[in-house]
Amino acid sequence: MTAGPSRVDHGVDAPGRARVGARTLRTDRWWLPPAATTVGILIFLVYGGVRAFQQQYFFADERYLTPFYSPCVSLGCASEPGAAHFGMFLPDHPLIPYAALSLPFLLLFRLTCYYYRKAYYRSFAFAPVACAVPEPHGQQLGETRFPLILQNSHRYFFYLAIIISIINTYDAIVAFHHPGDGFVVGVGNLVLLANVTLLWCYTASCHSCRHVMGGRLTHFSKHPVRYWLWTKVSALNTRHQMFAWITLGTLILTDLYVALVASGTITDLRLIG
Amino acid sequence: MAETELHEYDVLVIGAGGAGLRAAIEARERGLRTAIVCKSLFGKAHTVMAEGGCAASMGNVNENDSWQVHFRDTMRGGKFVNNWRMAELHAKEAPDRVWELETYGALFDRTPDGRISQRNFGGHTYPRLAHVGDRTGLELIRTMQQRIVALQQADHAELGDYEARLRVFAECTVTELLTDDDGAVAGAFGYWRESGRLVRFDAPAVVLATGGIGKSYQVTSNSWEYTGDGHALALRAGATLIDMEFVQFHPTGMVWPPSVKGILVTEGVRGDGGVLKNADGDRFMFGYVPDVFKGQYADTEDEADRWYLDQENNRRTPDLLPRDEVARAINTEVKEGRGSPHGGVYLDIASRMPAEEIKRRLPSMYHQFKELADVDITAEAMEVGPTCHYVMGGIEVDPDTGQSRVPGLFAAGECAGGMHGSNRLGGNSLSDLLVFGRRAGLGAASYVEGLERRPVVRDQDVEAAARMTLAPFDPHPGGTGENPYTLHAELQKAMNDLVGIIRTEAEMTEALERLDALRTRVRDVVVEGNRQYNPGWHLALDLRNMLMVGEAVASSALLRTESRGGHTREDHPGLDPEWRRRMLVTRCAGGPDDDPVVPRVVVEPAGREPMRQDLLALFDLAELEKYHTAAELTAYPEGASA
Amino acid sequence: MSYAGRFRVWRGDDAGGELVDFEVEVNEGEVVLDVLHRLQATQTPDLAIRWNCKAGKCGSCSAEINGRPRLLCMTRMSVFEPGEVVTVTPMRTFPVIRDLVTDVSYNYAKAREVTPFTPPPGLAPGEYRMSQADVGRSQEFRKCIECFLCQDTCHVVRDHEENKDAFAGPRFLMRVAELEMHPLDVADRVTAAQEQHGLGRCNITKCCTDVCPEGIKITDNALIPMKERVADRRYDPLVWLGRTITRRRG
Repeated sequence: MTAGPSRVDHGVDAPGRARVGARTLRTDRWWLPPAATTVGILIFLVYGGVRAFQQQYFFADERYLTPFYSPCVSLGCASEPGAAHFGMFLPDHPLIPYAALSLPFLLLFRLTCYYYRKAYYRSFAFAPVACAVPEPHGQQLGETRFPLILQNSHRYFFYLAIIISIINTYDAIVAFHHPGDGFVVGVGNLVLLANVTLLWCYTASCHSCRHVMGGRLTHFSKHPVRYWLWTKVSALNTRHQMFAWITLGTLILTDLYVALVASGTITDLRLIG
Repeated sequence: MAETELHEYDVLVIGAGGAGLRAAIEARERGLRTAIVCKSLFGKAHTVMAEGGCAASMGNVNENDSWQVHFRDTMRGGKFVNNWRMAELHAKEAPDRVWELETYGALFDRTPDGRISQRNFGGHTYPRLAHVGDRTGLELIRTMQQRIVALQQADHAELGDYEARLRVFAECTVTELLTDDDGAVAGAFGYWRESGRLVRFDAPAVVLATGGIGKSYQVTSNSWEYTGDGHALALRAGATLIDMEFVQFHPTGMVWPPSVKGILVTEGVRGDGGVLKNADGDRFMFGYVPDVFKGQYADTEDEADRWYLDQENNRRTPDLLPRDEVARAINTEVKEGRGSPHGGVYLDIASRMPAEEIKRRLPSMYHQFKELADVDITAEAMEVGPTCHYVMGGIEVDPDTGQSRVPGLFAAGECAGGMHGSNRLGGNSLSDLLVFGRRAGLGAASYVEGLERRPVVRDQDVEAAARMTLAPFDPHPGGTGENPYTLHAELQKAMNDLVGIIRTEAEMTEALERLDALRTRVRDVVVEGNRQYNPGWHLALDLRNMLMVGEAVASSALLRTESRGGHTREDHPGLDPEWRRRMLVTRCAGGPDDDPVVPRVVVEPAGREPMRQDLLALFDLAELEKYHTAAELTAYPEGASA
Repeated sequence: MSYAGRFRVWRGDDAGGELVDFEVEVNEGEVVLDVLHRLQATQTPDLAIRWNCKAGKCGSCSAEINGRPRLLCMTRMSVFEPGEVVTVTPMRTFPVIRDLVTDVSYNYAKAREVTPFTPPPGLAPGEYRMSQADVGRSQEFRKCIECFLCQDTCHVVRDHEENKDAFAGPRFLMRVAELEMHPLDVADRVTAAQEQHGLGRCNITKCCTDVCPEGIKITDNALIPMKERVADRRYDPLVWLGRTITRRRG
């Protein structure tokens, strides 16, 4: 998708095609979905960027670790005892997020995700901005060249995302244990649990997951278990876009909740213990 | 004279529906240079509309099925006026033709053990219809289309040209067949719809596979292409039509809303549990089981409902009687004031199974009505009524080769006559296409191989055909300047009102008068614009064919003074065994003072050949006696039984 | 209930044309094609429209209504306000022939580039055994009515005439997927999908899925699974790295 000047005799105005005299005749508000997508993604990137580098308010009530800091492996995690579940070894530097081991891969998992690709190809690259609306590019090579050919690595980020989801799940489970009070349940636990559940939904509904579970098979009938898994993932997969957006929201809300409790702005409500 | 493109082939197939494609595949596989000419784009033919399935006694679901049972069902459905040899070949060869499709890549629905699944359908004793959901026709067309592409790819690999031995002339209409001095087929004349350029094909064998005549009727399930071209082309070339009075009205066409008027609700809806109800909510079909079918259908709603679950021990629901019976029953209900608001009856599946089940079993039916008409068939009953669906009559052909009375002229599929008798069973048309499409392709190939010299097209015929084709652009002075769309609408109204499902002598006579008046007006038809993709012009030319076919139907219907299958005479309500022995043959009147634009037709009775003894022996004498005269059954084999 | 509908219909040919305004009667329960037929019968007898079954089954009447690729027979008039102008143009990815009819031969050319169904050698007719679970995916793709709206809407060819050589378009990439998933097809389709049919040019923006009148999930069920199969074969990063390095050296 190399940007280039649009030529008059290009695309829908190419020789031989009907000379309609308008680039598009769409009368609906076709610009609205890409505009909303742009706003949504920007909000997440700005919020996520600020929080990833903030390096404080990431661990609350001695047990709630925000997913933006999980796994907390920087030496800086020592500022919040108990936050690091997997050791501390990355140097403490303002430009290295505490979760530098997971955040880039989570970002790449979403960057190469088949749904997000559609979303940003449309709303950021205008290729095309909406169906049957001409795109401004001189040529369209799709995903055949560097760097977009790297989109094909999605499945490897999916594998990493599984590991990170397991870590997030571990975080959510250990959060039920308060160092002082033992087993407790607070609103924060429910928030972490809901968040991690939805993260699993997003991760498991991934197209690469669907392929790995059974999509690559030609004969389902010879692999009943994988076929069953494929049907379940396929059912989730139809909602992949929905989970992609929900999890952006829940990630922000979960992090915000942890940050607000950690900063003392609000207090976590204890339900049990 | 206008410039004319010239193409030379061994076999020219006119029509790219199931029969045409199957014929072309066969001719090409025999090594002959083959062309397919079709009015639409390749792959759009009316065959795509066939929903229910393709009947073939493979016995995958019920192993009691056999060709003999299929043969019996077909003859019964057609009320014993079918060409029995065609019915025999059809029943015997259908399974092979279906299996052959799998080798081309077709994907039918499967049984649990991986074979082709088969479903129940009206008039078929056992589950017999190979199907793909409710889009079986599309699967057939696409499969054969892809087979043709595969053959073209093979030619490309071998000869460097995809079209070296098999070419599709899409959006090209044939207006006339060309014959040589001896009356044998020598080619065809037509025009490209796209450009209006004239085109001539020289070919010693022509296979007509043009489908039906439904566009002569106002309410029809047929697409615009169904203008009886093959019937009319054959007549003008000197061939004969038989059984033209037998027109099938599918009982369940949508009657509301107007955007879907005439469009079919597949019989599969009834096969899967949908029932017909009148305005009072009664399942009225129980009152319409005719004597010849007494004992074969359920007497009570309970038994009918049990049949859906256990077909071994219960008799089937009368909702699945042959199409003519159901169409007449609906017609009677509506006439007697028990119809729905828009002049139909209710077809209810919504109250009989869960919405999800309906969507799973009848996906394209659900989708079609939701999209086209905003009707949710899982929530409300459909309003249905008879719609012109199929013509049993057609070109008289030799059962084994598909050759008409004109040497070198073959026909297959709906435009050929005889196979279905007075009434076609659902599912038998797709198998008909395959069996007789192949046979016609084979017949044409053998005919060409056996020719000593190629027939020569007569120049004056080409000139006459060109003049006729371009006439609407050049109206004669003082003409009335008729609009083709208006004429078409009037023709459709006349056929619908007067030569419809219930007929009388007076109506038939009036129909012939109206058609005669239209014949005069067609000469004055004028079209606006130029020859480039001009639908007005296309319709003007199709009108000639529709008028000829209309006259053939009305004249035949006038002569047959009995009621049988797709021909119901209010003034002659009974089945008459004497009429079973006779068929009505339509031919061009000919003669020096004949109308060149729409030649007149004459209809004359002829005898039917008696059924071969071994086939006769497949039926019970008691059943045969319902249809045959005593004299015909004196030779019934002793001790024979079904 | 009927009203005078306002229509703008593109009329012309490859030499040029224009949107022409018409006022034409619209009745309850009609679709756009019904109204265009009335236009033909009453005002413009030579208005070129390609159509066939008028039941959404043959895929002939593809055009663009208010700028969106649609089937004329599947667009109900009830989706428009009575006062709304309905603009109808031919498909804009293919060369126009006349009025609403386009030259769709691109699609037939692409169909010929796909290797046909290749059964295992020695399997006789009647011996084919396939389970319903195994044919389900390909059956979805075989619902395709070849209306070519997906080809029309796909920006890879709509906006880039020069891509037509290298790109088969969603319909025929789906055909490749159909054969790839066919339980008895033995031909290798994966390499061809990427190298001959241009799968890599697809950037999965899902316009083809949005427009499909049969509701086939072209992107999710055909294109992405094919991309994944290509990734299986070609984009295992280690294999890819190895190949890239050897190519640079050589």
